[in-house]
Amino acid sequence: MTDRPIIDIRHAAKSYGPLEVLKDISLQVQKGQIVAIIGPSGSGKSTLLRAINDLDPLTAGEVWLEDTQVNKALPTRQYEAHINSVRQNIGMVFQHFNLFPHLNVRENITLAPKMLKGISNEDADELAVEQLNKVGLLDRIDYYPSQLSGGQKQRVAIARALAMKPKVMLFDEATSALDPELVEEVNLVMKQLAEEHMTMIIVTHEMGFAQDVCDRVLFMDQGVVVEEGPPEVIFKNPANDRTKNFLRKHLKGQN
Amino acid sequence: MLRVFPYFLQAAWVTLQLSVLSCLLGLICGALGAAARLSRSPVLRLVGATYVSVIRGTPALIQIFILYFGGPQIGIQLEAFEAGMLALGFNIGAYMTETMRGAIISVDRGQNEAARTLGLSRFETFRAVTLPQAMRLMIRPLGVNINALIKGTALVAAVSVVELTYTAQRYIGSTYKPFEMFFLAGAIYMTIIYVTGHGVSWLDRRAALK
Ligand SMILES: Nc1ncnc2c1ncn2[C@@H]1O[C@H](COP(=O)(O)OP(=O)(O)O)[C@@H](O)[C@H]1O
Ligand SMILES: [Mg+2]
Repeated sequence: MTDRPIIDIRHAAKSYGPLEVLKDISLQVQKGQIVAIIGPSGSGKSTLLRAINDLDPLTAGEVWLEDTQVNKALPTRQYEAHINSVRQNIGMVFQHFNLFPHLNVRENITLAPKMLKGISNEDADELAVEQLNKVGLLDRIDYYPSQLSGGQKQRVAIARALAMKPKVMLFDEATSALDPELVEEVNLVMKQLAEEHMTMIIVTHEMGFAQDVCDRVLFMDQGVVVEEGPPEVIFKNPANDRTKNFLRKHLKGQN
Repeated sequence: MLRVFPYFLQAAWVTLQLSVLSCLLGLICGALGAAARLSRSPVLRLVGATYVSVIRGTPALIQIFILYFGGPQIGIQLEAFEAGMLALGFNIGAYMTETMRGAIISVDRGQNEAARTLGLSRFETFRAVTLPQAMRLMIRPLGVNINALIKGTALVAAVSVVELTYTAQRYIGSTYKPFEMFFLAGAIYMTIIYVTGHGVSWLDRRAALK
């Protein structure tokens, strides 16, 4: 049992009314693994990612974080307590950053650790410094989100998620909302996390990045995982026609 | 003219007290109403919605009359000032319910998601993330509610509360100068509203600084 996955998705299915968004998806992610999810818009990538911390609950199937079932059926109150503690272990980074605009960078980072882990002000400050150092923004500690560039905002959002010391990080198109010249600084932070063996699941449109950084690539289309494998195989030698088609469009058309 | 001035000042003080007290009551009713309307419980949501639609669907004057004249019939004996203050407070509370609810639901959904993803509970998220942002959004529209409330206090003249409008009416009899009396009352209302409006703008600017 040494290779118990950190994330284990079993037969995940999700429908919005008659629309089946996820169809029987299973996925295991081992500790330290970095998985990229690619696929056309509307294929269910975000839905799958958001099912992992039960932000978009599944209609059927199970999600496990190590030996805890995330989407356990519990009475409302118990479920609330359960999910809040599970989510502390799962960091999430959004396309639109979602920094708290009424709090400065330091407060953005320390809000959750202070409220949930009851750490002292000094420890919280130290934590903010440590995380900001990681993303190279220590000099912005007293800025407000509105005073930062998009790339800086996303780096702060990553620092905020890391401050909870999560076991897994989920990225939902973390660079899609950024001006092209700001993408690289965020990619660098993610690469650095990869070198530190952070477990990551990354939804991305950047094939180059997926190829460089990830151990495994999943290609999704219309709610199913069409093909998965190491990046060399998926990008250089895909077996499925849908994958080939998708990659043909995305590898040449650099936007 | 000069003879009546002290009485108008006294009346202005009554109008001010009415405004402040019913504003405080309105803010409390508004907060409770908004909480009810946004609650997970269908019963509370219905209570909130009923409060809002009943109050907004009937004239404020009728609400004042019901409390003052109808109250004793069901064993609630109130002074005119008390009845007026309570009726105005419940009345503006319904509008403030909608203002507060509107501000809360217009905070970006992503804010809630980001906080919940970090592990904050619904309540913690509301307190630390949603509410502070909603507060900023509600300052101006609450200012509009308060403006309406101050002018609405004139209605309690109908149950003989000696506030500005009532006082103006009363001194027409002895002075035979209706224009001056109402002009003076109007000027005092306008002063109160002007100052309040500036207070609201100041709060709004301060809240938006960050
Ligand atoms: N709240 C919702 N209600 C109805 N349909 C939704 C909702 N959220 C997503 N969908 C649909 O689910 C499908 C998958 O969406 P999504 O997971 O966001 O795809 P992707 O991230 O791959 O672009 C899309 O067809 C989208 O329209
Ligand atoms: Mg998406």
